[in-house]
Amino acid sequence: MSEATTAHSRVDVFPYGYMIAGMARAATTTDAFNAVAEPRRRQILDLLAQGERPVNDLVALLGLAQPQVSKHLRVLREVDLVRVRDEGRQRMYRLNAGPLKPLHDWLSRYEASWNKRFDLMDEVLEELKETEKDDDNDH
Amino acid sequence: MTTTTSGTAKVTTPADNQILITREFNAPKHLVWKAYTTPELVKRWWAGENGTVTSATIDLRPGGTWRYVMDAGGRDVIFRGEYREVVAPDRLVNTEVYEGIPDPDEHAGLVTVTLTEKDGRTIMEMLCEYRDRTDRDAVIESGMEGGMQTSMDALEKVAVSLA
Repeated sequence: MSEATTAHSRVDVFPYGYMIAGMARAATTTDAFNAVAEPRRRQILDLLAQGERPVNDLVALLGLAQPQVSKHLRVLREVDLVRVRDEGRQRMYRLNAGPLKPLHDWLSRYEASWNKRFDLMDEVLEELKETEKDDDNDH
Repeated sequence: MTTTTSGTAKVTTPADNQILITREFNAPKHLVWKAYTTPELVKRWWAGENGTVTSATIDLRPGGTWRYVMDAGGRDVIFRGEYREVVAPDRLVNTEVYEGIPDPDEHAGLVTVTLTEKDGRTIMEMLCEYRDRTDRDAVIESGMEGGMQTSMDALEKVAVSLA
C-alpha cells in the first residue's frame, strides 16, 4: 500500500494511463501509445511502477496465464516501455517510462495553468485563515 | 516549511471524455469552499497568469448561474454555467460553457468539485466531463486559454517589431 504510493510519486507514469485512447488521435509516433491502450498492459506498467518484478510475480498478481503475460510483456518491450534482465534463473522486468513522455507533455501545459490558479488560491486561503484566527481572538 | 506550499495539481484522465484535477490545500474545507464560491475571492485566483478577472457573478443555488469574465490581453474570455448541486462545503456540481466557440452550449462540460478534509488540510477533486473525447482533448489543448494568451503575446511582439 505505502510502497505503491511512494512508487507512484517516484515514477509518475500511471496517472496518464487512461488517456492513451485519447492520445491516438494526436500522437505522431503511436507505438508506445498503442501498446498501453490495452488495459492489461497498463496494469503491468502499474505493477512495474512499484518496482522491478520477476515474471512469476506478474502472473500471480494479474491472475493471467503465463503465455498471455509474456505476450503483453513482448509488446511492451518492443516499444521500450519495459526492460528485462536475467537474474539467476529469473527474468526480471522493470518499467522504462521514457516513451510515455510525449503523453505527459500533452497534459503538462494544462496542468501548469491550473497550478498557477491554485497557487493564487493558496494566497487567498492564507488570508482567510488569518482572518478567521483574528475573529476567534476577538471573541 | 508546511505553511503555504500545498503541493501541485495532478491532472489525470479517468475516461476518454474526462479530466480529473486533484489538488491539496493547506486549509480546512470551509475556507476552500469560500475561496471557490465567493465572487471577490474568485477574482483573485481564477485567471491564473492568463489575465485579470474583470467580473465574477455567482448565484450559488441549484438552478442558479455563474459567469466569469477574464481580460486576457485586451480580449474577453468568458465562461459561464449553471449550478446543479450545491452541498456546502463538500460538493458542487455545475455546467461550464466557454463562450469563445461556435454553439457553446452544445459543448458544455459538467464539473463536479468534491472537497475532503483531513487534519485541517483539504483535497479538492475536480472532475470535468465532456460530451466526447474530441471536446475533452480540445479543452486540454487549449491549456485553459494559457496557450492562447501565449499566442497573443507572440502576436503582439510580431506586431511591435513590424511597427
